[in-house]
Amino acid sequence: MTQYNYTPADFKSDQEVRWCPGCGDHAILNAVQRALPEVADALDIPRRKFTFVSGIGCSSRFIYYMKTFGFHTIHGRANAVATGVKVANPDLSVWVATGDGDSLAIGGNHFIHAIRRNVDLNVILFNNEIYGLTKGQYSPTSKLGKITKTSPYGTVEKPFNPGELVIGAKGTFFARSVDMEVMLTKECLVEGAKHKGFSVTEVLQNCVIFNDKTHALFAGDKATRAEHTITLRHGQKMLFGKDNTKGLVLENMKLKVVTVGEDGYTIDDILTHDAREQDTTLHTMLAAMKYPECPVALGVIRSVAEPTVYDRAVEEQVGQVKAASKIRCVDDLLHSGETWTIE
Amino acid sequence: MDNKNLCEAQEVVIRFSGDSGDGMQLTGTLFSDTSALMGNGISTFPDYPAEIRAPQGTVAGVSGFQVHFGARKIDNPGDYCDVLVAMNPAALKANRKWLKKGATVIIDGDSLTEEHVKRAGFETLDPIAELGLEEYNVVIPDITTMTRNALAQTGLDNKSIVKCKNMFALGICFYLFNRPEDHAKSYLQSKFAKKNPAIAEANALAIDAGYNYAANTHQFANTYTVAPAPLEKGTYRTINGNVATAWGFCAASEKSGRPLFCGSYPITPATVILEELAKRKDLGVKTVQAEDEIAGICTAIGAAFAGDLAVTTTSGPGLSLKSEALGLAVMAELPLVVVDVQRGGPSTGLPTKTEQSDLMQALYGRNGECPAAVVAASSPSDCFHYAFTAAKIAMEHMTPVILLSDGFIANGSEAWRIPSMSEYPAIVPPVAESAPEGGFMPYARDEKLARSWAFPGKEGLEHRIGGLEKHALRGCISHDPDNHSRMVRMRAAKVAKIAEYIPRQEVFGDIEGELLVVGWGGTRGHLRSAVEKLRSEGKSVSHTQFNYINPLPTNTAEIFGRFRRIAVCELNEGQFAAYLRQQFPQFVFEQIDKCEGQPFTTAELCDKLNALLK
Repeated sequence: MTQYNYTPADFKSDQEVRWCPGCGDHAILNAVQRALPEVADALDIPRRKFTFVSGIGCSSRFIYYMKTFGFHTIHGRANAVATGVKVANPDLSVWVATGDGDSLAIGGNHFIHAIRRNVDLNVILFNNEIYGLTKGQYSPTSKLGKITKTSPYGTVEKPFNPGELVIGAKGTFFARSVDMEVMLTKECLVEGAKHKGFSVTEVLQNCVIFNDKTHALFAGDKATRAEHTITLRHGQKMLFGKDNTKGLVLENMKLKVVTVGEDGYTIDDILTHDAREQDTTLHTMLAAMKYPECPVALGVIRSVAEPTVYDRAVEEQVGQVKAASKIRCVDDLLHSGETWTIE
Repeated sequence: MDNKNLCEAQEVVIRFSGDSGDGMQLTGTLFSDTSALMGNGISTFPDYPAEIRAPQGTVAGVSGFQVHFGARKIDNPGDYCDVLVAMNPAALKANRKWLKKGATVIIDGDSLTEEHVKRAGFETLDPIAELGLEEYNVVIPDITTMTRNALAQTGLDNKSIVKCKNMFALGICFYLFNRPEDHAKSYLQSKFAKKNPAIAEANALAIDAGYNYAANTHQFANTYTVAPAPLEKGTYRTINGNVATAWGFCAASEKSGRPLFCGSYPITPATVILEELAKRKDLGVKTVQAEDEIAGICTAIGAAFAGDLAVTTTSGPGLSLKSEALGLAVMAELPLVVVDVQRGGPSTGLPTKTEQSDLMQALYGRNGECPAAVVAASSPSDCFHYAFTAAKIAMEHMTPVILLSDGFIANGSEAWRIPSMSEYPAIVPPVAESAPEGGFMPYARDEKLARSWAFPGKEGLEHRIGGLEKHALRGCISHDPDNHSRMVRMRAAKVAKIAEYIPRQEVFGDIEGELLVVGWGGTRGHLRSAVEKLRSEGKSVSHTQFNYINPLPTNTAEIFGRFRRIAVCELNEGQFAAYLRQQFPQFVFEQIDKCEGQPFTTAELCDKLNALLK
């Protein structure tokens, strides 16, 4: 294993960052530039192999700010383009920067099929519940009733919860963070990169201009986050709160918030997080938890091993067929089957 | 041989027709492959409905396969048939119009029941009389009954036995044209070897039974031989356009050293290219059957970015869906080949029928000033050459290329002299290996105006590109008005410059004269036959067929200037003629258009060209 000893600065391009002041995207960029040095050393990946692909939207400008190979594509298609990059060259570390509009609306089909195929991509899903670059229309994650320019009387459509969507499509890795939690985002991204298969890290991101404070009720500041979010870690008890005294239990097939030491609940009653459980039931319930009934789950919610990773499987099949075939070049191919000769 | 007359024929057209489940495509293919193996020139034309099993016994459900074989090189599948094999009255009715005067008609007597005759829409119970076939050599063997009798001992169930009746008909044709049975039998053997050897055996028996029936009956006065064609020396095979296209890309991959990637979504009539490439893992080909047409082209664009020879294959409606992504490939200046196997349109149109009506879409169907190279193949076997050439242009000029094929040449097959890969030119893409002094400029250009291809993984070449307007050198985002104007013109100039690297346009016949017949793409065989016929009658007619559509060959205007009149013949309402008018306003282009979902016939072309000459 080579130790590259990269620093975040090694991943900063010479382009001026043009997101609005106060936009959550700055923090995500910071987290990614901190994550890549760790990923490079952990997986022995030199910088020349990191490739970022994006679609359209504020989030998708991301690739210009990374000193890596980058491809800013068209609206919704980042996952499809990235699939092509990764299948063509599985040795690359391929990342997708995308938003709630890009991957869950116009690119919804490519998103679920990339999950289904389990292509080894690392998706950073910027979720600000709004279309920012087109100046404030509701997105597929906007809350029901949300008033925006295209919903002046409030939306009448229910939002997607990205976690439910990913896990529902049998996604093998799903994590969630908040833009301000740079270290947690970094941790999720490193875990996602180590995961062999499709990884989605949803980052709840604040759009300071068109959807300010959309996540603030549960994630506005450190104290609020302590009370209204729970950071899950594999093998650890599902505890949260200022003093880590609140926890999750499963009762009547439902998650319930309890306080350790009250109503007869002890620490032994609290669930232990198993991110590697194949069954999707509990992961779906955790991803679906909503404020104010429950804390919003952060951290790696699901990370399961799946033997078939698409890009590697394609490569292996090619290798097997090649090894067994009599056709080794185009001349062989052209002469295969019935031929006849005219003297 | 028996005591019947053995006659020599120069060329023959047979049309096999039946219900779409009757196995007519297989029957026709076995006959044409056998003829090709005997050294005949061949050309075939499958004509089948869009439904997999259309309502039985109806005219709409008739599937046909026409084989044209001869003692010379055959350019097209022929207009009218010498022999029609009809497995039911609907097939007879559907193909009546394709009979040559006095042709032999073989119809399964068992199918002439009141029920079948009515279902085919006849008004009387005597289809032969109703269709006016008295002057024809109509033979009515009870094919189903005889097949049943011949296979009675096989122990197969009735349904499986009756399915072999197409092979009985094939046996009759083998006898009539003195063809050996061994190719067909060995094909059947290998096809059913694993699944059900008894079926292979039964099919072989049915061929024998048909052959013996024809030998013993007195209804066929003559049998025919067709001498081998005096073809160029070499090793030959039969090939259809879709397989040739797939193989052409394999050849370009080998010559360029870039791995081949195909991202596609199934669509008639292009699917066989994806199917064939999926088989070619032996040559390292990677295929992705994408979730939709858009993902097909987008995965291909991703693979091109990563350094693969990337292709996506589709037909008209799919090209519509790919338009936006095609614009991205133009902007990112990545090599990509988009194959459009054209079919009848608009919308879903006529999925199994041929047309050339996507030309304008290929040339212009994108937002913005968005030039792409357009190349068209003109016969089943030359799909190989033009797929290779499209890939060569794409990689060496760093541009998307649209390769136009069509349902007619994609499904049709012909005998092909197998080229040696040593005859094919090298492909040298402008791959960047390391950053020059002063840093890597992704949009710096070579003498072809192509930028360099710097794929991920190469040290020091990290760069960012995308669909936003690019700075003319650095490739980063630029909203500068002058830069935009410069880039718009640069992209156009790059595509125009391809003209300096393609062959000059050729003329068949005299290089000057009264009438120049102009075609493009898949109509070459019919146009050539029509022009040959008119020339044999002493008329001043020449032919030129375009394969390079954008850019056009540099000597195009020079050729047009040498003829008094120019007739553009195409399977649409005049799209190429309109394009030529825009390019060459100094000439008058007359039009012969056909938009019926069918190829031209030589006869109708001769009539229309003669009318022009009057």
